[in-house]
Amino acid sequence: MGRVEGKVAFITGAARGQGRSHAIRLAQEGADIIAIDICEAIPENPYDPATEEDLAETVRQVEALDRRIVASKADVRDFEQLKGALDAGVAELGRLDIVSANAGISGSPNKSQDIPDAEWKNMIDINLGGVWRTAKAAIPHLRAGGRGGSIILTSSDAGLFPYENISHYVSAKHGVVGLMRTLALELAPDFIRVNSLHPTTVDTPMVQNDAIYRLFRPDLENPTKQDFADAATFMNALPVPWVEAVDISNALLWLASDESRYVTGVTLPVDAGAAVK
Amino acid sequence: MGRVEGKVAFITGAARGQGRSHAIRLAQEGADIIAVDLADHIPNIDYPSATEEDLAETVRQVEALDRRIIATKVDIRDRAALKAAVDEGVGQLGKLDIVVANAGICVIADWQGTSEDVWEQTIGTNLTGTWNTLQTTTQHLIDNGGGSIIMTSSAAGIKGLPFLSAYVASKHGVVGLMRAYATELAEYNVRVNTIHPTGVNTPMGTLGGGAFGPLLEAHPKLGGMLANLLPIEITEPVDQSNAVLWLASDESRYVTSLELTVDAGNTQF
Repeated sequence: MGRVEGKVAFITGAARGQGRSHAIRLAQEGADIIAIDICEAIPENPYDPATEEDLAETVRQVEALDRRIVASKADVRDFEQLKGALDAGVAELGRLDIVSANAGISGSPNKSQDIPDAEWKNMIDINLGGVWRTAKAAIPHLRAGGRGGSIILTSSDAGLFPYENISHYVSAKHGVVGLMRTLALELAPDFIRVNSLHPTTVDTPMVQNDAIYRLFRPDLENPTKQDFADAATFMNALPVPWVEAVDISNALLWLASDESRYVTGVTLPVDAGAAVK
Repeated sequence: MGRVEGKVAFITGAARGQGRSHAIRLAQEGADIIAVDLADHIPNIDYPSATEEDLAETVRQVEALDRRIIATKVDIRDRAALKAAVDEGVGQLGKLDIVVANAGICVIADWQGTSEDVWEQTIGTNLTGTWNTLQTTTQHLIDNGGGSIIMTSSAAGIKGLPFLSAYVASKHGVVGLMRAYATELAEYNVRVNTIHPTGVNTPMGTLGGGAFGPLLEAHPKLGGMLANLLPIEITEPVDQSNAVLWLASDESRYVTSLELTVDAGNTQF
C-alpha cells in the first residue's frame, strides 16, 4: 500500500527538475498525476527552457510506474489555461487531493535598482501570481471532494532570508509564505492543509547554469560547476553543495500524505541547514 | 524495506504515550530501540505517573514486531545513570543512528501557583534532562558517521500559553538547544530538529488537562490560545510519530534546525 495510494495530485512545472521528481515520487507511492508545464522559453530567463519532450518524458516515467497521468502544456500566468488543464484532469481522474504549486523561474540576477520593470513583473506574475492561480483553480475541486486535501507551495530559502542581486525572486518567494499562511487560515475548516517548502540550491537545470554560477561567484569571470559547488557548500551547514530533487520530493510526499494530517501552516526548509548559518 | 531499516534509535520517556508510539512506529519501519523511562512516581503532576509495567508493555509491543529493544528504568536528570543506559544499549545493539529526546512533564498552574519545586522539576526534566540526553548520545552518533536527533518541544516552545510558565520556558529552551546543536553538529552530518505538538491523546495530554478548567473560567479571554486551526480537539500519538519517523529517516537527510509543528495549526491561531 503506497503512502498516497488512490490520491490524485496536480503538479505545476512538471516537465523536469523538481516537478518531474514530485510526479515520479508521488506515483511510486500510488498517486495519479495531473501535470502542467509551460514548455516554452521565458524572456530573459538565463537557462534552457523545459520542452514538450521533457513533459513527455515525465509522462513516460509515471506511466512506467503503472499510474495514470494527464499532462498539458499550460502557463501559470493564464488562469483560464491553468483551470482548463486542471478541470480536464480532474474530469478524467475523478478527484483531486494534492496540489504542488512548483512552477517557477530564477530570473536574471541584477542589483535591485537595475532590474528591468518587465523582468520584475514577470517574476512576480510567475513565482507568486502563478502559485495563487494554482491554488485558486484547485480549491473548488478540493472542497467538492469533501475529503480535505493538501496544498504544498514551493517557496525557497529565499522565501525566509534575503539574498543579494535577486530581489525580485526573494520578494516573490517571501510572498508565497504570506499566501501559504493566509490559505492555511482560510481552508482549515475544510481540512485542507497548506504548507510551504524551502529548498536550498537543488541540482536541477534552473540552478546548474552559467547565470547562477556567476551569481554565486561574482569574483570569477568564468566560474565552473566546481567553483559554484565550493561557494554553495559554504552556504549550507551540512557538508554538501546542493540537494537532489528527490530530497524535496520526500518532504512533499510526507506533506501530501495522511501521515501529516494535522500539519498546516508550516514553512519546511529542506536546505542542508543553510538557514542556521 | 522499512524506512529506518537497520537503524538503532534511543528514545526517552518510552514507557507510554508519545514515547511508546515512537518506539513502535520506528520498529514497524525496521529500527531497533534503546528505551528509557523514569517509570516511577512524579510529584506535583495531575496525571498518573508511568510505571514499570508500562515500560514492559512497550518492550512487548516492539518485540512483537520482531525488533530488538533494550529498556531501562532511568531518570534523565541523572546524567551518570543515563550515560550507563545509553552506553549499554549501544554496546548491545552495535551503534546509534537516531535520538528521540521525548521525556517531559507538564504542570498546569498560574504564575502565582507555580512553586519553586515545580519550576526546578520542569526545567530539570524538560530542558536539563534533554541536554543530558544530547550530551550522552551525540558522540555515539558522530562515531557512527552521522545521525538524526529529534527533540520534542511543543506549540508552547514557539508561542506563549497561559498557566504553563515553567513548561513554556522549558520548551522554548529546547528550541535554543536544538538550534545551537544543529550548528555545531552539521559538520559531522548529525541533523538536529524539534517537533512541536499541540495537544496529544496521552495520559499527560488528557488527564492533566482538567486543571485548565477553573483557570480558563477565571480568564476566559485566554481560552482561544489553546484552540487548533484544523477542526479537531486533539492529535493522536501516531501523528507525532509519523513526523519523528520522517525526521529520523534518510528521506529528510538534508533537513536540519527545523521547528516542525504537528499542531493542527495551533501556533498560527
